[in-house]
Amino acid sequence: MNGTLKFVQGNEACVEGALYAGLQFFAGYPITPSTEIAESLAYRLPQMGGKFIQMEDEIGSMCAIIGASLTGSKVMTATSGPGFSLMQEALGYAIMTEIPCVIVNVQRGGPSTGLPTRGAQGDVMQCRWGTHGDHAIVVMTASNNQDVFNITIEAFNVAETYRTPVILLFDEVVGHTRERLIVPEKDEIPLLGRLRTSVKEGVDYHPYLPREDGRLPMSDFGGVHRYNVTGLYHDMWGFPSENPSVVDGLIHHLTDKIRNNVHIITKYKQYFIEDARTLLISYGCTARSALHHVLNRRQRGEYIGLLELQTLWPFHGDLIREKCKNAELVVVAEMNLGQLYRQVKIAVDRPERVFLANRVDGVFITPTDIKNMLRLIQGRGV
Amino acid sequence: MAIKDYIRERFFPHIWCPGCGHGMVLNGLLRTFDSLGISKNEIVMVSGIGCSARISGYVDVHTLHTIHGRALAFATGVKMSRPELNVIVPMGDGDALAIGGNHFIHAARRNIDITAIVMNNRIYGMTGGQYSPLSGYGTLATTAPFINIDHAFDVVELAKAAGATFVARTTTFHVKQMSEFFKEAILHDGFSVVEVLTQCPTYFGRKNKVGNAVEMVKFFKENTTTIGSKAKLESPELIERGIFVQKDLPEYCREYDKVIERAKKKR
Repeated sequence: MNGTLKFVQGNEACVEGALYAGLQFFAGYPITPSTEIAESLAYRLPQMGGKFIQMEDEIGSMCAIIGASLTGSKVMTATSGPGFSLMQEALGYAIMTEIPCVIVNVQRGGPSTGLPTRGAQGDVMQCRWGTHGDHAIVVMTASNNQDVFNITIEAFNVAETYRTPVILLFDEVVGHTRERLIVPEKDEIPLLGRLRTSVKEGVDYHPYLPREDGRLPMSDFGGVHRYNVTGLYHDMWGFPSENPSVVDGLIHHLTDKIRNNVHIITKYKQYFIEDARTLLISYGCTARSALHHVLNRRQRGEYIGLLELQTLWPFHGDLIREKCKNAELVVVAEMNLGQLYRQVKIAVDRPERVFLANRVDGVFITPTDIKNMLRLIQGRGV
Repeated sequence: MAIKDYIRERFFPHIWCPGCGHGMVLNGLLRTFDSLGISKNEIVMVSGIGCSARISGYVDVHTLHTIHGRALAFATGVKMSRPELNVIVPMGDGDALAIGGNHFIHAARRNIDITAIVMNNRIYGMTGGQYSPLSGYGTLATTAPFINIDHAFDVVELAKAAGATFVARTTTFHVKQMSEFFKEAILHDGFSVVEVLTQCPTYFGRKNKVGNAVEMVKFFKENTTTIGSKAKLESPELIERGIFVQKDLPEYCREYDKVIERAKKKR
């Protein structure tokens, strides 16, 4: 791969990815361990003619990016657990109004103020169900700088394709790990821009009438089409409606547009899974240790593999079931009390072979931790 | 253009109660647009939640009906992205100054070129008559059935202290003055606040036994006076109307353009 070689933090890799994807507007509020994203963008965005604003809180940050997106900008905010909690109402608004935006949550230990400077993966379910009401959401993650870069670009592409907020769920370990990153040449990675309406001025434009392919072309605020945007249930003009068929149609549109494309949205990596008798499933920082362990054990002839998930939501249950088909033992490694583990258990046949290898004390889970937990699960003792 | 050309008839009838002052504010706003002659495509109205917030949907401009208290934060994103647009944010007293109080003072502090209109009827109307931070000590509300012990903000003083560079107050009785102030506020280059005292006969009026809509509007006529008038000296309890602040200070979006210039030199 041609490009510029850099030695950066995961948070900076996210910034590089966002700028590569064409980020134009960022609003944020300082919070550990995501602050470097805001700091870096405060420097980089204006150099490229983009806009950065430090808002009065995370609620305002989330609202500001939604407003900016409506005018046609590619937008992002970044935060951690407590700030992410504050963003939930506006996140639901972006889902309801179908505004493309990217929200980075660099996880730390929770609940509450928790462990600000320690890694954790406890926000998997908050990402899924943090905002109220039935809804669909896209949540993506990565375990190393190059993948953080790539998945950040993917997040912007998915946000535009499905007119949806996309959450980038990183963690303190990934965010603060310094390692190499190659920023590819321009045009090497395909970018998706805003799909804008071809409806001419003076012709009735329906902001919420999906095309045959399900996509909704947008019209920038300030452009020739004036329409209403509301978090209330609304018809194809964006007007509030309590008509049961409008309400029913909208909630199914909002969820189906994500769920029906789960096979396209889902990104993952797999290592030695064809003949794996023990299959590890992991994501984010934990996947680094899981991979280390798998590589180590493979050298010793063990039939062990790793499925590293990069899309957590929508959860691709069929894929998980298929990948786990031949494994005698499925072990989900994550730094929480089993948030993804429960999903895997529901998805697979013979759920009794699914176990959890975790750590929730703020200490990064090491390959040795995983090795020891595997030995215990297998009845071999430490 | 006729006033009618500024509204979305599809959205009518409106949700407001008979006698509500919000329609008078809407009328004042439409007349302002007409007199300014700004293209409808260049106006964005951002509102939050409440009776007042519904005003945006009725107007045929770009309209963003958002979540409770956050309209100014959404508007900040719109304005920073597209500084050439006229961004107007109509809010109720609870929307602007209870749940939205933080965004209000910070938007004022930044002096971003947004026109904030506080439609102050001293009550939460949409939810049925609870006290707001503008209800005032001694009033009654469904959540203050015995007496309200919360003191009210003075919107003008708050806006001034927070750094708004245009601050005015008027009432639904003074409809011509209302339009004039809206016009001045929209033309003002910076954060502008217009407080409009408006009547909620359904909840504030009934709860506090201050009469029907006509009597409430009459109250605005009889209990307000021009800033610094002789009447105010004689009767200090009168509420002052007028433009309290109108000053030129650097506007936020243009200041950010300077940041971009500096940043580009450092590349």
